[in-house]
Formats: sequence, C-alpha cells, structure tokens
Amino acid sequence: MQTEKEMANDIIRRSGVNPLKCMKCGKCSGTCPAYEDMDYHPHQFVSMVQKGRINELLQSKSIWTCLSCFACIERCPRSVEPAKIIEAVRLELIRRQGCNHLKSDAIPELLDDKLPQQAIVSAFRKYSK
Amino acid sequence: MTFSYYPGCTLKTKAKDLDMYARRSAQALGIDMQELAEWQCCGAVYPQAKDEIATKLSSVRALMSARDAGHDLMTLCSACHHVIKRVNNDMATDTDIRMKVNNYIKPELEYSGETKVVHYLEVLRDYVGFDELAKKVVNPLKGKKIAAYYGCLLLRPGSVMQFDDAENPSIMEDLIKAMGATPVLYANRNECCGGYVTLENRPTAQRRATSVVSSAKAAGADCIITACPLCMYNLDANCDESQKLPIIYFTELLAEALGVK
Amino acid sequence: MHRIGVFVCWCGTNIAATVDVKAVAEAARKEPGVVFATDYQYMCSEAGQALIRQAIKDNALTGVVICSCSPRMHEATFRKTVQAAGLNPYMLEIANIREQCSWIHKDIKEGTEKAIILARTAIAKVMLNKPLTAGESAVTKRALVIGGGIAGIQSALDIAEAGYEVDIVEKQPTIGGKMTQIDKTFPTLDCAACILTPKMVDAAQNEKIKIFSYSQVEEVKGFVGSFKAKIRKKARFVDENLCTGCGDCTSKCPSKKNKNEFNLGLDNRPAIYIPFAQAVPKVAVIDAEACIKKKTGKCGLCEKVCSAGAIKYDQQDEIIEREYGAIVVATGFNPIKLDKYDEYAYSQSPDVVTSLELERLMNAAGPTQGTLLRPSDGTHPHTIVFIQCVGSRCDDARGKSYCSKICCMYTAKHAMLIREKYPDTDVHVFYIDVRTPGKNFDEFYRRAVEQYGVDYIKGMVGKVIPHDGKLLVQGSDLISNEQVKIDADMVVLAAAIEPDPTARSVATMLTASIDTNDFFTEAHPKLRPVESPTAGVFLSGVCQGPKDIPETVAQASACAAKVIGLLAKDKLLSNPCVARADESLCSGCSVCQNVCPYGAITYEDREFRIPGPKRSEIRRVAQVNEAVCQGCGACTVACPSGAMDLKGFSTKQIMAEVDAICR
Repeated sequence: MQTEKEMANDIIRRSGVNPLKCMKCGKCSGTCPAYEDMDYHPHQFVSMVQKGRINELLQSKSIWTCLSCFACIERCPRSVEPAKIIEAVRLELIRRQGCNHLKSDAIPELLDDKLPQQAIVSAFRKYSK
Repeated sequence: MTFSYYPGCTLKTKAKDLDMYARRSAQALGIDMQELAEWQCCGAVYPQAKDEIATKLSSVRALMSARDAGHDLMTLCSACHHVIKRVNNDMATDTDIRMKVNNYIKPELEYSGETKVVHYLEVLRDYVGFDELAKKVVNPLKGKKIAAYYGCLLLRPGSVMQFDDAENPSIMEDLIKAMGATPVLYANRNECCGGYVTLENRPTAQRRATSVVSSAKAAGADCIITACPLCMYNLDANCDESQKLPIIYFTELLAEALGVK
Repeated sequence: MHRIGVFVCWCGTNIAATVDVKAVAEAARKEPGVVFATDYQYMCSEAGQALIRQAIKDNALTGVVICSCSPRMHEATFRKTVQAAGLNPYMLEIANIREQCSWIHKDIKEGTEKAIILARTAIAKVMLNKPLTAGESAVTKRALVIGGGIAGIQSALDIAEAGYEVDIVEKQPTIGGKMTQIDKTFPTLDCAACILTPKMVDAAQNEKIKIFSYSQVEEVKGFVGSFKAKIRKKARFVDENLCTGCGDCTSKCPSKKNKNEFNLGLDNRPAIYIPFAQAVPKVAVIDAEACIKKKTGKCGLCEKVCSAGAIKYDQQDEIIEREYGAIVVATGFNPIKLDKYDEYAYSQSPDVVTSLELERLMNAAGPTQGTLLRPSDGTHPHTIVFIQCVGSRCDDARGKSYCSKICCMYTAKHAMLIREKYPDTDVHVFYIDVRTPGKNFDEFYRRAVEQYGVDYIKGMVGKVIPHDGKLLVQGSDLISNEQVKIDADMVVLAAAIEPDPTARSVATMLTASIDTNDFFTEAHPKLRPVESPTAGVFLSGVCQGPKDIPETVAQASACAAKVIGLLAKDKLLSNPCVARADESLCSGCSVCQNVCPYGAITYEDREFRIPGPKRSEIRRVAQVNEAVCQGCGACTVACPSGAMDLKGFSTKQIMAEVDAICR
C-alpha cells in the first residue's frame, strides 16, 4: 500500500504539473463553472496534492464533477494547469481494481434518443478504466 | 484544396447532419474532403495524463494515415478536433509519449507530429477565406441574429489549439457575417455548457446549458450555432424550457447560405 | 628580472574555511619569479593594504598577485594600493579564489588545489603584464535626456541646477508624461497636476534646458563625454515660435471626432489640438491623419482664425545635430494592452476600464469633468470591482513575470477616493497579495480598509460577464472558500506596466543593454543602479524597472548626480585595456568593424614600405578609437589574421594562463 506522499508524487508525475508554481491567487476557482458542485475546489487540489493530502481528494466528489472545460488551465496566470491535477487524482482512483465509477450496466437507463455517442464514450473514458 | 477528413463516430450516427451539410458546402466551395479509409474513434475526451498512451493511439493512427496520404487532416466535430490536435502536439513536443507510442505502433516511418490538423472552420477562414466565401453565398441569411457557441474544446488551451483568441474569438462571427447574417456577441460563448457531465450529473449540465443559452438570448440572438454534437445535444436537451433557442450546426446554415441545403 | 609578490587573503572565513591559505602562499612562493608570498585575514583592510605596500618596497616587487575575491569587487582598490607604492596599477593581477573557488567547493583539499592553480595562473599572466597608461578624452558639457516624463524632467532640472546645459527630447507634443494623466498621488493624495506642472514650467523657463517636444532621437554616435546625436523634430504644422497657445484654432477645427490620446480615447479632440491646458510647450499640433486640409487640400479654417499666423501646412520634419557628454534614458512605461484578457470583458464592455482610464474618469480635466460616470450610459456606478495583478506576476505567454509594483497602492487610492466622494458606492478589491512597502504606504492601504470600508477580497476574478447592462463578476474568495458573484456597475483592471515600445530601439542606438522584459539593465543591480553598463548612459525612472513617483524622482535625482559627476570633469580617463590592431598583420577585411558593438573600429588607408622597386603601397587597415573601445575582445576573436589584440589581455597572456592551468 502506497503512502499518501508516494501517491502525491505519482499524481504530480502523471499530471506533469508543478504545484509549486502556484501563487495561490485562486483564479482557477474563480473561473470554475462547476465550483458549486465541488467539495474541494481547483485551487485546493493544487495545494493539497503539494502537501500530500491525497486520501481526502480520493473521497472528493470534485473528481467526478470537473467538467474538463480547461478554463482553469487557460486562465491560470502561472500555467499551473489545475485540471490536469484533478484528472491525475481521478486516475489514481479508477485505475484501482473495482473502482470504476461508471459501470456499463448503468448505461441503458441513462440514454435517450438524441444523446450523442460521444457522451457515452467520453463518460467511459473519464470515469472508468 | 484536398484534405484528409476525420469525421468521428458521432457524425456517422446522431450528428449526420453536421457531416452531410459540411460535405455539400465543401463541394460548393471547391474543397475536396477525402475521408480516411480506416479511422477509429478518438475517445471523445483528451487524456491529459502523461502516462496515458493507449488512449492516444487511435488519434495517432489517423494522423499517420493523413501524413501518408500527403494531406492536412481536417476535422469537424469539436471533440475530435480537440483530441487529435492535442495528441498531435504531444507527439511533436513530448519525447516520452512519442517514444512509447512509436514503440507500440511500430510504424514503418516514425510519427512525430508532422501532420497539420485543421478544423473545418479554419479551412473556411485560412484556405477559402471569408471574403471568397461571401462571394459564393447565393442565399444570404439577411436579418438573422446568430449567436456563435464556441464552448471549450475548440479554443482551450489556446497555446495548443491555436484556433483563435481563446478569450475573444471571432472566427464563427466572421463566418456569420460572410453568410449575410448578424453575429450576436455574448459573454458565455466560450464558457462550458457542461456536456461532458450530462450522464454523471445532469443538474450541473442543466444549469450550465441554461446559463449559456440565456446569455445568448439576453443578447438578442434568434438561434445558436455550434460545431459540437455534444454541445448541440446539451444546449437543447438540458436547457430550461423558458430559455430555449434553436441550436443549429454551423454547417447547416452554411449549406443554406450557399444554396446547397 | 621579475620580482613577483603573492598575497593570499582569508576573507575572514569566506576563503580560509575551504582553502588552506597558508598552503596556497607556500605553493606560490615556489613559482619561478615569485620572491615574496604571504597570507592575511583581510587584504582589503587598511592594514592589509599597508602590508602590500610595505612588501612592494621591501622586496622591490615588479608585479603583484592578490588571491582574494572577484576583481569586480576590489580590483580598483588594489590597483590604487600598488600605485601608491610606486608600481604601475596594471602590474597587478587578481586570482579569484572566493567566488570561483571557496564559495563553490565544500572540500578543503579540492578547494586548496584549485586555489593554487588559480594563483599559478595569475602569476603566469602578471609576468607578461606591461605598464599601461589610461588615455584622456574631452567632455562635452551638455546632457541629453531621452523622455520628458517626471523622471526626465527631474533629471534635467537637477543637471541644469548644477549649471550644465540639458536637452530634453520628448516624442509627444508636450512634456509631462504619464503623471499628467494621473488625478491624485499616493500616499498623500495631493493633486498630480499641482505638483507636476510647476516642474514642467520650471523646465521650460530654465535657460539651461532646451525642450525638443514632438521629437525623437534618431541616431547616436560617439562615446562617453563626446556623443553626437541626430534629433528628428517632427513637423507639427504649427510654428512653435509664433503660436501663443490661445486655442482659437482648436475650437474652430471641423474635424472633431478623433480619439483624444490624453483621455485615453474616452472622448474626442479636434485635428488641431493642444494636448491639455497645462501642456509645455503650450503650442498646437496638427494631426495630419485627421486634418481635412492635409488630406483633401480644402478647409484651412485654422489658418484663417490664427491671428499669430502660426499655421504652416507645409512644415517639414527637421533634423537637428547636437553634441553631448552624457545621455539619460527616461523612456518610461505604458500599461499593457488588455486585448488578450477578455475573460474580464475589456473589449466587450465600455464599463470595464483600466486604472489609468479611471484616473481620467475621476479627473476634473477629464471627459466627465471629474464626476465618476459609467462610460456606457453616463450613470453613476453603485458597485465597483477592482481586479489586481492583471498581466503582472504571470508565467504564461499573455503577461509579465514581474510585479508591476505600483498597482496595489493606486488601487487603494482609487478605492479610497471613490468611497470618500461617493459613500453610497460599494467598492470591492480582488487581490492576490497587497504589497505596500514604502513610507506610509501600508498605513494608507489600511485606511482604505478601516476608515473607508473598502471590501478587500483575497482571490482572483475568473470571469466578467456583461449581462443586462451590468457586469457579473465571478471570482474566488479564498478566505471564506467561496466562489463569489458580484453584480457590478463598473470593473477596473490594474493592468501590468511595461517599458515604452521605444526602449528597444533606444537601447540598440545607445548599445545599452536591456533585459528580457525590455527594462534597461543597470551597471550593478545594487551598487550602480542608475548607470547603464555603457559608459556615459544613465537610467532614470521606470525604463529601468517598475517604480512609483517618489522612487522615480529619487532615482532621477541620483541619475542627475552621476551625470553631474561626469560633466564636472574636464577630461576623462579611459580604460587602457583596449584593443589594438597590428597594422602589419591587418588584411583590411572589416570583420572586426562588423563585430564591434561600440563602433570603435574604423578603417584608414595607410602607406606601407614594401620590398621591391615600388617601395610602398597603400593598404586599408583597422584603427581602434581607444576612447570608445570597451575592451570586450570581440574583435580579437573575430580577426582572421591575428592582427587584433587586447592590451592587458593579450593572446600571449591568455595562452600563458591556459598553460599554467594545464601544467
């Protein structure tokens, strides 16, 4: 079993993000369109990963609510790219056995006539391995 | 003007119109779209992690086929464009990803991001030219007030996509003008509609979609155009009834203006 | 016969902790030519210098090697020391065993070995040193100030006060710069115009100061003490000597809808205009691109109404050549353009303004006569949001890496002034950090919070959404961990500042260096902050780095002191370590002339005696102007025939050093 610190290092490496570049301005969280649905917010992901507080983030609903809209990446004045950190935390979880967030059995009842394929494909790619 | 063309899966099923009108308009404009012989789904969401290799392979295969055909690779769906363009950037700039992908695919000729990826809109702007396009309009959309919805995928991250000014884009507005209609500017045209979480968290998608459409509506738009099947679905299906506007693929209006609908 | 003395400095523990100084002295003593070697705690101290002087006399030394800190630190000190003992100051070499040795090694054995090699190298070089004498050149007792903002004006006034002539060259039609556009100044809130315009008038009336407004320096040649500049005086189509500044022409001009630069385009001005009421010189200027007469040949109304007969439609640019002993760069700054920051809706809504635009909107001479009104509909704003650090402290392609330094204070000022004048207005300030170092600065900011109730929110705005005539500001409040949404009437952006776009061309013209942000580089960041590394070029104001007005004025005066120090000299001693061309080897290829960054090399035709019946031939050979040459050595490396050599750093000396290292 990995320690939190080891997980944090993996997450940092996987994301390609250097959390030390953050100047804690909060613009990522100021611009995030999914802010209200998050318990931990983009700027907290950056600082908590840096501090190695991974277990809390793995429990967080934010990893499922990030919209992958890249607004935080575009607008971050320090090029920190918080969305990459959030995705790296999500992968830390769903790559574990039995931790798929979206199961194929659940799909049929989510569908409607007009729903485009890409909604399903992207949901699988984001939430399952 | 010949391009290799990557339609993507949704354009073969739920978004046939986006593809059909694009092909008709291209013909009217003298653009030759040669669909790649064997393309695979791009995955619809760009895998950002440095250690995601397998999820990038289908994009690389498409990029290699275009290179081997000797053409630039044209895309139409915003999501496909985003995924393929960013994977291409990884292949050009990330030596680790490039090495692993090439080791896996083992192509005759290694791939390192040499294909140019262009979106249909970029072809209209940079190859055809909006002035030239305007001359071919037989059915100007006079009086129509159209709001362009860019969403996230075409614009961001600006440093990689290099599609337009990520905070103040103009390509779709220029197209709207070239078609004889009036573009409507509104602040949420580059804010996320929440389409990616429509399965996971429909209330968020509903809130986001409504905020985009109502922003366009308040600015006086008659309709919204988009290049993305997911945005199309989401802005329509998830928007609050009181705020709804017609959501149309930009290619449909283009075909109409060019008289080939 | 050489008689070399070697002096090894401990520099307290700086050197002695990592280098066995006694072993270094011991090893040096064994080198051929060395007759004396010792070590001492602080060679640069008075006692240390006395030791050196005594040793020179006692041992009849012909050359000295000092193993100590970098020559940048104390070379000049020790040159004086050996000179006092009767040696030529250039018979000295420094072996840098601190920065290049003790500070970078941890192991005493390694450090000592390297120090011995460095000492040996300096000994090898000093054996080949020749006495050098500095040359002399005359000083033109006049200074050129490029840029007529508060920095340029202050430097010019101080130089003139000391009795020297000064020319101010300003590219705008009036001097005064950015400070003319500012309403009040922090931290005392006195009116900018009230403290600036008297200085502008002083400059205009000072008989030592000549103002070239609406002019630009086009070319600078020469060197410290003796620069020659070409100044282009742009045609203003108004005779400066005849115009009385009455303004009759400006009120009659029919071409009225031209963006008023002084009010940052917030209102319009006529094609013939005086930038503002207190302009210096108070002379009209015709904007040729807007003038109907200039464009179509018809109109001529201003000519008809001008009772002074000052309008000259056919006026041409004029080139003026002047000589100077010193040049002050005071090219100033501009706020960055915000078109890449449209998440703040700057281009979408006229109610999103920059801080400088807000200054105009609050100024009695501004477009709204000092009443703060929304540009979109002329109504009074009730909620105003300030956003700090727009484009400052960025690590992306859009912004600047540095802190613009002045924004925290002027934003506190704006917030305070608005709350004072319009107590019904809510003011919110989004900040990342509030940076207020400076006398009475933090007290000022605290007053904005505690006395005026300005709402400071720790966080950044992510998006401004124009909606229904309002601006929905969405940002983060990091202290309460919330995303806040504020319905604002106006948004004010504290745009980063950047050097004026002319900085780059001025730097090239002067061969002065600029950094990656286009700020001028100082000769030493701490110890020579107002001098450029290029001799005779001095730095005043924001061209060197972001500064507020008090700092700018202080630096401008410091700069003037340096200029006065230079102009007070009748003769300048030049660095004798300059290049020299061996005419017998020179092939006349011009390579050295092309690489010389200082323009020190010219070519001359010379007659040479040659064997044979013709007896002589004319050859083109390189000549080095020793007063201009800075001894960089670029020519010596570039010369394909080995004709160029640097005095004090000759090829022979350098090879001897290499040999000594490799031994």
